[in-house]
Amino acid sequence: MTGIRKEFAGVPVLKDVEWELRPGEVHILAGENGAGKSTLIKILAGVHTDYEGEIRLAGRRVRFRRPHDAARLGIAAIHQDIAVVPSLSVRDNIFLGREIVRRRGWVRFGPERARARKILDRLGLDLDVSRPLGDFPVSVRQLVEIAKALVNEARVIIMDEPTSALNETEAGRLFEIIRGLKSQGCAVVFISHRLEEIYRIGDRITVLRDGRFIGTFAAADLGPERLIEQMVGRELGGLFPPREARSGELLLRAEGISVPDPGGVRPWAVEDLSFDLREGEILGVAGLRGSGNSELFHGLFGACGGRVRGRIRLAGKEYVPRSPGQALRRGLALLTNDRKASGLVPTMSVGRNISLASLEALSPGGWIRERREAESARRHIGALGIKVRSAEQDILTLSGGNQQKVLLARWIETSPKVLLLDEPTIGIDVGAKNEIYRLLNAWTSAGKGILLITSELPELLALSDRILVLHRGRLMGEFDRREATQELIIAAAMGKEKRS
Amino acid sequence: MTLRFADDSRAGRFLRSPSARALAALALVVLIGAIFNADGAFFRWHTHRDMLRHISVFGILACGMTLVIITSGIDLAVGSVLGLSAVLFSLFSLQLGWPAWLAILACLLAGAACGLTSGGLVAKFRLQPFIATLAMMVFARGLAKWISGGRKISTAVQLADGRFEYREVPPVFKVIGSKLFAENIAVVTIIFLACVLVCYVLLAKLRWGRHLYAIGGNEEAARLSGVPVARTKLLAYGLGGLLSAVAGICHAVQEQQGDPEAGSSYELTAIAIVVIGGTNMNGGKGGMGLTLIGAMTIGYLEKILSINAVGEATRLMLTGLIIVGAVLFQRHRK
Repeated sequence: MTGIRKEFAGVPVLKDVEWELRPGEVHILAGENGAGKSTLIKILAGVHTDYEGEIRLAGRRVRFRRPHDAARLGIAAIHQDIAVVPSLSVRDNIFLGREIVRRRGWVRFGPERARARKILDRLGLDLDVSRPLGDFPVSVRQLVEIAKALVNEARVIIMDEPTSALNETEAGRLFEIIRGLKSQGCAVVFISHRLEEIYRIGDRITVLRDGRFIGTFAAADLGPERLIEQMVGRELGGLFPPREARSGELLLRAEGISVPDPGGVRPWAVEDLSFDLREGEILGVAGLRGSGNSELFHGLFGACGGRVRGRIRLAGKEYVPRSPGQALRRGLALLTNDRKASGLVPTMSVGRNISLASLEALSPGGWIRERREAESARRHIGALGIKVRSAEQDILTLSGGNQQKVLLARWIETSPKVLLLDEPTIGIDVGAKNEIYRLLNAWTSAGKGILLITSELPELLALSDRILVLHRGRLMGEFDRREATQELIIAAAMGKEKRS
Repeated sequence: MTLRFADDSRAGRFLRSPSARALAALALVVLIGAIFNADGAFFRWHTHRDMLRHISVFGILACGMTLVIITSGIDLAVGSVLGLSAVLFSLFSLQLGWPAWLAILACLLAGAACGLTSGGLVAKFRLQPFIATLAMMVFARGLAKWISGGRKISTAVQLADGRFEYREVPPVFKVIGSKLFAENIAVVTIIFLACVLVCYVLLAKLRWGRHLYAIGGNEEAARLSGVPVARTKLLAYGLGGLLSAVAGICHAVQEQQGDPEAGSSYELTAIAIVVIGGTNMNGGKGGMGLTLIGAMTIGYLEKILSINAVGEATRLMLTGLIIVGAVLFQRHRK
């Protein structure tokens, strides 16, 4: 791709990008959120059609008018939001839009089934292709997306943060598959915010910054520190700010609590768990998928009603979770791990998203004090460094990192004593991550306690004062900041009990 | 249209707002009226006055509908509840001779009860709003027919020996049915505007209204932010039922009788008003100002077709086309 430019409503988002992909390589596309990565791959996949510049595919000039054109020429894109139809069978999903048909549109199921099996074999998946895709876990859905790409004999496969919904094992398998595709001569474009992954599978790295092409480097020549420098264009002074451990009074004590499993697979998502959280402390809660750590947060926050067993003391008083409203009033705050599904209200402005959880204080007698609301929004926008023109701005026009800061502002405005943060840095760029780390440190210095879930181990290790590790709902061990290592945490999360 | 305005200028913001688009659709309809003015009939004051009076009952239904649609729900029962309330009001005041305040109160309570029942089915039992209110729509219509014995309830009361006795129309009918300001503004229109005002305050100024928007925008996020989702929804449907009862009383007064068939398919007009105004059917976006504009757009539309003596068949087809046109027109300018 040469000289690619693209504007949105007069605002340039890509400026003279030169990008070259070779067969048989895994090419990392790196850049902060808003750097133009998504726009670039959408141009390549035929989603955006009004761009300047030219694309050459195997020497031939091409210009796609719709995604289908790109797909026909062997370019397959797997976007961040998985685009499958859960109610259709695995086979139907794989062939969606390119069914094998006789004349007059009669689908030939036999050949489709055989072909689907063959492709899934290549991916190391053995499953009943006529069962609805919705019966399978998210990781399978992700792999089915890849299968869709393979049906098309794709030569270029684009994956936008494919591992954000996968656990370590599943991600490991995905990397195996990517290596397989590579050896078959496919070019794989891989977008990820996880450094570890980038270096695990990347051959070359192209860095974009503010829509500008910064350069393409061999992964081996560009160490993590330098990659981050190239992405942010400034020295970060270490990704993780230094953290002074301090702990004050006991804030939260859980004794033998059990939280019901919302999926209903097991009776309890978390069983018989006890822990303490002190003022000014960050307590990491580690665990692979199915460990119950997110459910623990929901349970503590009253999001699954009053069905939580066990005794909890919060700031010296008995606390029985009943509803989110009550949890809020008792000084708890829950940031969920899915901004889109359970965080943002997409139809509301930035300011209204911020005030949502603290309306009670902002509207004595039920009448909203608009001046007070606007002031509080302005204060948080300033304090958290949220990049917006005004509080009236549509929340969806913000980048992931800024959206996340809006949600943090929502919860800080409720003046919580304990913050339950589930993946606070998911899907956001390095610069914004760093700013969020600093915020967490500032809040703990002010005496708040934080329970933290993050699937990025380096982040967990750098931020947490202590770490609890759960495996299938049970506590496998508690690690001190000094003794914790990635290996120990993983081992415990996979069910190896800590001996003390 | 490729008009461009500096992003933050006041004018630019307004021109990109839903209100501007709704007003443009209204202006377009008025323009059509000015062109097809039926020998100047469109320019006469009484045309506009009658339009307002005619649209008022629908407008009152649309007020409640707006609240419900903002929660990303829908209320199909408003037309039937209107019929039920018209029957009850006529029965209580025309035939049983209850004092006006008692008859009105009883009707409002009955309407609210219908709404709260739908709301309860939606909020507590998690039925889809379409299903729950469809059931209520059928049930309330049946109830209206059962209470009235399938007949229109008027001032004619059948006595034990089979003769009819004609009762006098009670003063409450005359008051609500009258026109103020030298016969210019119907009391029904004033009731409609009052409903708009009340709902505007609820939506734009109260915490409860903000909660409605939050639920329509993202119910799970609202719940986790401490919004009492079930109670808020319950009240929205309850209020919708109450407003349907208000509309039913107005309808009974205008017709001087309680027709158990009254209000059939009115729910569709109410939905059309809300949608033409520009309130989003997916919830989370919209407002009372838009619904007021939408009511006037539909009102003018029907008025223009009627002063031009367009036959009913053509009128319905044109209305269908114009609804699609108006909505597409609004979206085009986004």
